[in-house]
Amino acid sequence: MATEFEELGAVPSFTVTLFVRRFNPEDGQEARWQDFDVEVHGTDRVLDALHKIKWEMDGSLTFRRSCAHGVCGSDAMRINGRNRLACKTLVKDLDITQPIYVEPIKGLAVEKDLVVDMNPFYQAYRDIKPFLIASDKPEKERLQSAAQHSKFEDTTKCILCAACTTSCPVFWTDGQYFGPAAIVNAHRFIFDSRDEAAEVRIDILNDKEGVWRCRTTFNCTEACPRGIEVTKAIAEVKQAILRGKP
Amino acid sequence: MWSWVLHRITGVAIFFFLLVHVLDTALVRLSPEAYNAVISTYKIPLIGLAELGLVAAILFHALNGVRVILIDFWRKGVKYQNVMFWIVIAIAAIAFLGFAPRHLSHVFGFEI
Ligand code: SF4
Ligand code: FES
Repeated sequence: MATEFEELGAVPSFTVTLFVRRFNPEDGQEARWQDFDVEVHGTDRVLDALHKIKWEMDGSLTFRRSCAHGVCGSDAMRINGRNRLACKTLVKDLDITQPIYVEPIKGLAVEKDLVVDMNPFYQAYRDIKPFLIASDKPEKERLQSAAQHSKFEDTTKCILCAACTTSCPVFWTDGQYFGPAAIVNAHRFIFDSRDEAAEVRIDILNDKEGVWRCRTTFNCTEACPRGIEVTKAIAEVKQAILRGKP
Repeated sequence: MWSWVLHRITGVAIFFFLLVHVLDTALVRLSPEAYNAVISTYKIPLIGLAELGLVAAILFHALNGVRVILIDFWRKGVKYQNVMFWIVIAIAAIAFLGFAPRHLSHVFGFEI
């Protein structure tokens, strides 16, 4: 009887092949694919498979992760050609009859294996002034109605994982483009009734490398692990620029 | 993604057609005989099929262009972008199916 129950509750495990894009700046070689056969549980995510490789097979495999629960945004990578968080992608949801391809996000310089240089991404974020700008110094909290909040609620969910910006073909060819993530975070303040610098941010994004670079490809919306309607936010900023105010 | 890719491909294709078209039309100012000679070389089935492709490309590019404009300027545009993509495909397909038989009957000289 006992064995029967064990089998009932057991999580099936299976072997998958992972092709991981490897690059080491110190060995003088080009980037290349390396394959690993990994035994995973039905409940495992791609991140668990990468952990298994790093901890049990090849300690030199380099990738970023911190929270492992979809909160910090450090493990965005290109899995089977789509940008996702490794910690939010269940292996069983991918086609496991085929190898799984894991590579760094595109458009940013690769530093080692799956780690890219995020500085240009953060710089674009800094450039849109991602902080509250208000002239008064209130004694109490600044009040806001639910209706006012709903205007930018969606864009407050961003975790700066860069999945959107590095899925954008415009960003791939033109690294100067602010990119969806910066625009999402500008949107978060432009439409905030408590903020007073909407015009400043609108002006920053009304640039050759600003919102007008967006060609409505919708890759960013598909890539966002937080389900933010990124292209919609960009369109709203475009319209705000045309109006000259939020 | 695919609407965007198709839009680029059809855009570039239409550009090359326009380039050739401007060149051959400009020829008439040099010499009408040369113009006639060039135009008569177009009357072969291969060019006839290319024209079919051109019409398909223009239909998609024009209609999807309207879709992109709506995405940018209509408040609900982003929400309905996917629906609008399929509407673009449907209208383009209907218009194309109306055009293709007539055009092919001219190219290959049969009655419909
Ligand atoms: S908008 Fe979404 S995909 Fe882009 S950085 Fe923020 S959380 Fe990541
Ligand atoms: S590790 Fe923090 S979001 Fe994936």
